[in-house]
Amino acid sequence: MTAPFRVAGKGRLTPAKVVRFTFDGEHYSGLEGDTLASALLANGVHLVGRSFKYHRPRGFLSAGAEEPNALVGIHRDAARKTPNVRATVQELHDGLAAVSQNRWPSLKHDVGAVNDLASPFFSAGFYYKTFMWPKAAWKHLYEPRIREAAGLGVAPDQPDPDHYAAHYGHCDVLVLGGGAAGLAAALAAAEAGARVILADEQAEPGGALRFESGAVIDGRNGWDWATATVARLRAMENVRVLTRTTAFGYYAQNFVGLTERVSDHLAAPLPDLPRERLWQVRAKRVVIASGAIERHMVFPDNDRPGVMLASAARTYLNHYGVAVGRQVGVYTANDSAYHAAIDLKKAGVDVVAIVDLRDNPQGPVVDEARALGIEINAGRAVVGVAGKLRVSAMTVQPKNGGASRSIAIDALLTSAGWTPSVHLFSQSRGKVAFDDETRRFLPGAYAQDCVSVGACNGTDDLEAALAEAAGAGHAAAKAAGAKAGRAGAKLKASGEGWSGGMLGAAPGAGADSKAKAFIDFQNDVTAKDIRQAVREGMRSIEHVKRFTTNGMATDQGKTSNMHGLAIAAETLGKPIPEVGLTTFRAPYTPVTFGAIVNHARGSLFDPTRRTPMHGWAERHGAVFEDVGQWKRAWYFPKAGEDMHAAVDRECVTVRQSAGIFDASTLGKIEVVGPDAAAFMELLYTNPWQKLEPGRCRYGIMLREDGFIYDDGVVGRLADDRFHVTTTTGGAARVMNHMEDYLQTEFPHLKVYLTSISEQWAVIAVQGPKSREIIAPLVEGIDLSDAAMPHMSVREGTICGVPTRLFRMSFTGERGFEINVPADYGQAVWEAVWAEGQKHGACAYGTEAMHVLRAEKGYIIVGQETDGTVTTNDAGLDWAVGKKKADFVGIRGMMRPDLVAPGRKQLVGLRTKNPKVVLEEGAQIVADPKQAVPMTMIGHVTSSYWSENCGHSIALALVEGGRDRMGDTLYVPMPDGTIEVEVSGTVFFDEKGERLNG
Amino acid sequence: MARSNEALRRPALEGRAASHAWVSVTPAAPASRLSLRTPADSVGAVSKALGFALPQKPKTSAQKNGRAALWLGPDEWLVIDESGSEISPALGKVKAFHSAVDVSHRNVGIVVSGPGAEATIAAGCPQDILLATFPVGACSRTVLGKIEIVLWRTGDTTFRVECWRSFSDYAFTFLSEAARDAAV
Amino acid sequence: MLLIRCPYCEEERPELEFRHAGEAHLVRPGNIAEMSDEDFEGFFFIRQNPKGLVYERWRHVHGCARFFNAVRDTVSDKFVTTYKAGEKKPVIKGAAE
Repeated sequence: MTAPFRVAGKGRLTPAKVVRFTFDGEHYSGLEGDTLASALLANGVHLVGRSFKYHRPRGFLSAGAEEPNALVGIHRDAARKTPNVRATVQELHDGLAAVSQNRWPSLKHDVGAVNDLASPFFSAGFYYKTFMWPKAAWKHLYEPRIREAAGLGVAPDQPDPDHYAAHYGHCDVLVLGGGAAGLAAALAAAEAGARVILADEQAEPGGALRFESGAVIDGRNGWDWATATVARLRAMENVRVLTRTTAFGYYAQNFVGLTERVSDHLAAPLPDLPRERLWQVRAKRVVIASGAIERHMVFPDNDRPGVMLASAARTYLNHYGVAVGRQVGVYTANDSAYHAAIDLKKAGVDVVAIVDLRDNPQGPVVDEARALGIEINAGRAVVGVAGKLRVSAMTVQPKNGGASRSIAIDALLTSAGWTPSVHLFSQSRGKVAFDDETRRFLPGAYAQDCVSVGACNGTDDLEAALAEAAGAGHAAAKAAGAKAGRAGAKLKASGEGWSGGMLGAAPGAGADSKAKAFIDFQNDVTAKDIRQAVREGMRSIEHVKRFTTNGMATDQGKTSNMHGLAIAAETLGKPIPEVGLTTFRAPYTPVTFGAIVNHARGSLFDPTRRTPMHGWAERHGAVFEDVGQWKRAWYFPKAGEDMHAAVDRECVTVRQSAGIFDASTLGKIEVVGPDAAAFMELLYTNPWQKLEPGRCRYGIMLREDGFIYDDGVVGRLADDRFHVTTTTGGAARVMNHMEDYLQTEFPHLKVYLTSISEQWAVIAVQGPKSREIIAPLVEGIDLSDAAMPHMSVREGTICGVPTRLFRMSFTGERGFEINVPADYGQAVWEAVWAEGQKHGACAYGTEAMHVLRAEKGYIIVGQETDGTVTTNDAGLDWAVGKKKADFVGIRGMMRPDLVAPGRKQLVGLRTKNPKVVLEEGAQIVADPKQAVPMTMIGHVTSSYWSENCGHSIALALVEGGRDRMGDTLYVPMPDGTIEVEVSGTVFFDEKGERLNG
Repeated sequence: MARSNEALRRPALEGRAASHAWVSVTPAAPASRLSLRTPADSVGAVSKALGFALPQKPKTSAQKNGRAALWLGPDEWLVIDESGSEISPALGKVKAFHSAVDVSHRNVGIVVSGPGAEATIAAGCPQDILLATFPVGACSRTVLGKIEIVLWRTGDTTFRVECWRSFSDYAFTFLSEAARDAAV
Repeated sequence: MLLIRCPYCEEERPELEFRHAGEAHLVRPGNIAEMSDEDFEGFFFIRQNPKGLVYERWRHVHGCARFFNAVRDTVSDKFVTTYKAGEKKPVIKGAAE
């Protein structure tokens, strides 16, 4: 069945290719190649939505990306619900289901429409003025209510099941827009040998040639020329043509963001197809060919369904073969609407009258319209329309007043002129300039290596636009380094060039307070609102914009900005350039979050780093904690154990027998070269020159400001080779810090740094049985205390693979850290585990590791320190080489504030009630009875239950802490004050006898 | 020498593979690798020990008999040896100042191959890797999505991606997903 | 995303490969331990932060890993030049001394 408004013989769609779809549950049919808008219009449906603020019935204003009214929801399935889709760009596919938005209970009967009657209360600035008081009511009462009532579509409530792709593109010449100018530019650049990307937002490039029926290029119909040119470009190896692709943002140094809609137009996309693809293109040169957008006439009730842009009606007729009405009126202030009238008339549609605001319109199109018998009412205005859900008549009056008459119509086409699309140019930080003669903003001074051509540059004549574009394309290719050669011959062309028209409100949209003459349809802003904003003191267009919200909807004021500006200027009595133009910002049209996020979701949101032994820990029931990007085994609960029980058991087992711990995440750096020791002297506080090969030392690194930056055990493998360890979290920044000093401050030193963090898996075996556990596995290393004392490192083999074996301890027990090449980590771990089982050893996680080291008072950088802690504060002055002339931080640590008395010092805290475990971060006071706010003298940095000690333990930074030994201090908490006694930092084995135990 | 109780080597990407119509993503076989650092005045001596001249131009590589050296910085190369021979012994005798650190297990190699290889990489790598600017043999440390990689073009339609071991899951997953879209 | 010419890689590379590293041409004195409080304050804390042309350090951290220097206009966000660490500070018209 042919849809009632489809015109036989018109348009470029194939009548046989029928596509079925629904709108608000009603079944319709359209044709392949239709947009949702053209298919609905073919079925005579104009009413498609309700407006944002007043809930006024709305139809289609345009046939393109600038559409402010026809926003619908597209529901592919339960999880795929896309709100606020412009029906004018949504391509039809079989089974497409669209729903209208912002109405209840139905589109035709919408309760929210009372807002329209109450509109005197909803004028510009209404929200600002009405909901100012009381303050709390905004958050709890007004805002939630307003949000309920307003808003357009409904966000989907399920995770997005689609996937999105990304592509970094690089080219010599990027052409934005595939109209006549863009195609000519792309072709010229491509023929000159440049790598070209051409992007166009439509399914088929062609731009205005889509509707400009009279255009002739190179001896053929304009659209046919466009189609052939696209085919030619596609066939060239150095050209990539991107269709359904919108350039949404123009960033620094010709970096342009584009979204390609890959599968929204397909009924059943293949599973590997992304929904959209984000292109980030770096171009040597950019040619902007973004065209121009028609403006509507501003008159009362100009938002009624059936009132639309003249070029839109032409597009629907000439491309889609759809008549937008049977009795069509035209209201214009320039020539372009005459073309629409002529095309419709020739297609058999009754064009009842052209109302032209100009007193004496003249020219070939006027003559042609007249010759076709169309009534022309010059010097007249449309001062109102009848029909709420669909326009039914227009009221025509001489523009200076006088008798009016009503003319019955079912569609009204308007044109106030064309606005060059300078959005992308403006985003590139180019400055627009107002052209007084044509009353429009055009590209002025450029900030980047780009050029505007065609309609967006104010070049109205088709042949001139083609010549300009081809010249620009050729020049861009040449500038980008292409061989170029001579430019091709100029194309002969004839088309319809329009300039002129009007800005601002037409007569009839005047002072009458009831008249709603819309300028911004999406945000429901009227001419009156702009005037009111100026009356209320807004002087800058930026203020007018924010006060009225003109141009602030998702359409970014593509049709409204110039009208708003003109009305503001008129009301202010100033010329337009003095009032200024608001800044164009990205995105040009809305971009989905999916495209922006693209691959970075799920497991690709952020890298998850796992150690070589991760699989073993997983199989043995480890609970993991996130440490930066790392997954670390936190504790290994046995059946029936909670975290507390598991950690207690692990801590006790380590001290009774042994524990095995995955320390692979530690940062490791190999420092190699004849000046390695000299370099270490400069980067760490400790002395290194005399450290013998085979021995280790605990090193502290400061920043130049004198505060502790990192720490770790360093082993000297040879005179010229150190194996440095860093904290897990510090690995990357410590490497950067060391490289910085080596490259820029100490470049004379013969030393190189290599990150070996991931070369080595690290298995810590700690506890009295540790030596017995590893002994059967190790070859070539004497493990006796005499041959390998605490703080030594040896190279040999374990389980037949090379190892760097450290004798060191982070628990206070005899301990080893076995470094093996990462791929062997799990196998060696399993062997150690098997041996450990013979001695009752356990695997322990990071929580037990924290408790065990706190029992010994060992600090963790980042927990006991926070970037403001000195070696003295931490009780680590013993690690500072007193005789050293220089090291990073040597001067910083002498700063007056860092040596002043009363600094916070690291101490231990014992709660008077041994069962109470303090909260980390809790503040400490000397007198709990003092008035609030109390003087806080320190804070808890670490706190645990210690099963080994039988009481809780804590480390804290307390003002003058080392002079408070034995003092009672207080930790005020919401449910009571906790008494604590200041102690030393070592809670277990104070004499350190167990290191060799 | 291998012994019966020698620890089993478990490569990070053991058993993983992804194949699409236009591109395959495969873990590279384990290889010997050195992070080689040496100043300009030692390059000659080091090259001699290595068996071929270290490349000195940015973004270039050189290779011979299954051993390749990738220029990563003005005094830095990544040496990859897939021939099964050890690299360090030869370098051990070089007196001239240099640093050779074994990173065989630090890095994981992933081979991306097929007509869609370039598009697969371009999903996450911001560098211009078109053949004209990134020819066969070109190599560079760069970025893939949210991680650092070394990218090496070993053929018209083949790249080797090297990353650190714990990032290899991310790299492989990223490349596999990007490969779905590699028909661009 | 900016394009930054790395003086070591001898080509322009995407900003994602780089990391900013603060003001350039600050020299750590050899006798730093003997500096007065005032001199150390000037060396360590006080920065020029001018509007317009700045001399700054960058590291091609995900590239050749070299630190280098650049002159950039903070108003236009354009690089005037980049040069290797240790090279003489170029004289640029309009730059603060």
